[in-house]
Amino acid sequence: MKTAAEAALAEAFAAARDRLPGDDAVAAQRDAAFGLFAKEGLPHRRVEEWKYTDLRALMREAKPLAPPPDAAAKARAKAAGALLGDVETRRLVFVDGAFVAELSDLAHLEEGLTVDSLADALSDNDPVLTRHLGKLAPANNVAVALNTALMGDGAVIRIAAGATIERPLHLLFVASAKPDASFVRSLVVVERGARAMVIESHEGPAGSDYQVNAALELFVGDEAHVDHVKIVGEGADALHVSTLAAAIGAHARFNAFSFIAGGAVVRNQLFLKFDGEGVVAGIRGATLLNGRQHADTTLVADHVAADCQSREVFKAVLDNEAHGVFQGRIIVRRHAQKTDAKMMTQALLLSERAEADNKPELEIFADDVQCGHGATSGAIDDELKFYLLARGIPAAEAEALLIQAFLGEAIEGIEHAGLREALLEAVAAWLKARK
Amino acid sequence: MPLLEIKNLHVKIDGKEILKSLDLTVNAGEVHAIMGPNGSGKSTLAYVLAGKAGYEPTSGEVKFDGKNIFDMTPDERAAAGLFLAFQYPLEIPGVATMTFLRTALNAQRKKRGEAELSTPEFIKRVREAAGKLNIDQDMLRRAVNVGFSGGEKKRNEILQMALLEPRLAVLDETDSGLDIDALKIVADGVNRLRALQRAFVVITHYQRLLSYIVPDIVHVLSGGRIVKTGGKELALELEARGYAEYQEEAVE
Ligand SMILES: Nc1ncnc2c1ncn2[C@@H]1O[C@H](COP(=O)(O)OP(=O)(O)O)[C@@H](O)[C@H]1O
Ligand SMILES: [Mg+2]
Repeated sequence: MKTAAEAALAEAFAAARDRLPGDDAVAAQRDAAFGLFAKEGLPHRRVEEWKYTDLRALMREAKPLAPPPDAAAKARAKAAGALLGDVETRRLVFVDGAFVAELSDLAHLEEGLTVDSLADALSDNDPVLTRHLGKLAPANNVAVALNTALMGDGAVIRIAAGATIERPLHLLFVASAKPDASFVRSLVVVERGARAMVIESHEGPAGSDYQVNAALELFVGDEAHVDHVKIVGEGADALHVSTLAAAIGAHARFNAFSFIAGGAVVRNQLFLKFDGEGVVAGIRGATLLNGRQHADTTLVADHVAADCQSREVFKAVLDNEAHGVFQGRIIVRRHAQKTDAKMMTQALLLSERAEADNKPELEIFADDVQCGHGATSGAIDDELKFYLLARGIPAAEAEALLIQAFLGEAIEGIEHAGLREALLEAVAAWLKARK
Repeated sequence: MPLLEIKNLHVKIDGKEILKSLDLTVNAGEVHAIMGPNGSGKSTLAYVLAGKAGYEPTSGEVKFDGKNIFDMTPDERAAAGLFLAFQYPLEIPGVATMTFLRTALNAQRKKRGEAELSTPEFIKRVREAAGKLNIDQDMLRRAVNVGFSGGEKKRNEILQMALLEPRLAVLDETDSGLDIDALKIVADGVNRLRALQRAFVVITHYQRLLSYIVPDIVHVLSGGRIVKTGGKELALELEARGYAEYQEEAVE
């Protein structure tokens, strides 16, 4: 028995199938992906990985595919990206899932940097797609399958071996006021020894129950140094599902950060594969929820090669009736000896009605490894709060200090000073709005 | 008008009466010592003055500068000039000592209708006060009390007191765990602040501290009551004879 949303997705695919960009191979990829969805339907709570985020129940309807943005929507998008403050980035702007060149900064690309839209790359049958598209995103994940079936646009970024791209690349996804659905797919290929930072931010207006399904496949070459930052600042009624799938080469440095503060329902998926030896990775996140927001971060860190070090730190601050979920799985394959992986997830509950679910898992198949995980969840420490009160700090300010300190442990891990400050500012603004 | 006036104070924790009919009057300019055996209620008195939750006054009254202290929240009491040096100062991971000091000072100033301190002025004051207490810059850069030794934590309490310039400072066993050098540094810190408009209540288990911070009045607290009050010689007497006789008095 299909739900209304499932039926609508099937209709949308049938209607769009022939006009979606890409050659026959891509069309076949879309059909195969849709086939998985047709078979499985929307994931629900009896599917283990979706236990806490029952998409079948949470997604009552499927919105129509967004039409290309009109002039008014593009004009409004100019104000987007304020959260980053004065961090100097190269903006690539997408409105309702479509690349908008005139809002984007394509001038004077650094040497070694190539930027295209996915729609163009698909129409041009760009060979980079054949080599990379769909190679990392897990084919058995229904959210990814829907993305593959319906992807319309996104960014295709290539960074040549040895290039250092100083300015962070900012993929800015803006939803207009229309309650539509967008399926964006991006591809970032960083060659050997290159250095880059990719920020992916998602925002839109409150009062519109639009839907976003975004996926990004990231190839980190040997000895490269890549930072990925995702900022989910969607409007209060939005449904956001996004996926980062990355493969990290030998001796690379890789950092990923998820900052989630917006959206009614958010599912943030990270599938990371440590493919080469000697990777040093920091995977962190900060989630701030209030009202009845629901946000689920699901991470799979797959240590395939030996000698990799990964640190996972995920923090959530949950107010009112918010629901925070963290599922983190560290896999250490048989040959991944000397893996050093430590995962910590902590939730701070600001209300008795808020709820945190933490599910850390270790699957270890190698024998010489150092792995651990920890999870805590609890309220603000009254003793600490009293110490601050006793020094004359009012209750709200005392709580704000302690909350900032709690999140700070994750945010301080961001190497880019400007971005770190911007996120700390965003936390301060969130706390101010709380009162 | 006395700075602090406690009359017939009864305090319960978890339904159990800890302070029983306690009276204490502290005038501006005075240093009072409160001595007593472990478990006699010294910290309870300190906490109930500072306003800690769970320390429930069931009868009696406490006036600070003529105002009912129980009408004030803990932060209001602090801004009005009440300071408690904690027996066990807390570690606050993630909150830098400088941020903590500055937030506290400015919050108090704001509540009193004073302007916030400029950054250079604030830093100057912290440096000066810290220097006198042998607190180095590295300690100030760390999170509040995190990784501090016992003695460093106590000196940090005195630093906070020096910056906040309270009208009444209650020092709860600030001497415990200090070696003689640290004890002198702490005592000097307190003595520097002694002033006509300011008063201290020095809670201690041992006489030792009182050789350096010489009190005007010494009280013996036992079984939740002040059972004896005298001059500074009372401290020496207690040191020689112990608390045994007072503990017996406290038995109902
Ligand atoms: N949080 C608490 N809960 C229950 N009993 C307490 C608590 N704090 C103190 N007490 C009890 O109150 C009495 C006085 O304790 P306290 O004021 O800490 O004494 P002192 O500081 O003189 O050693 C003791 O019997 C102690 O066990
Ligand atoms: Mg005590």
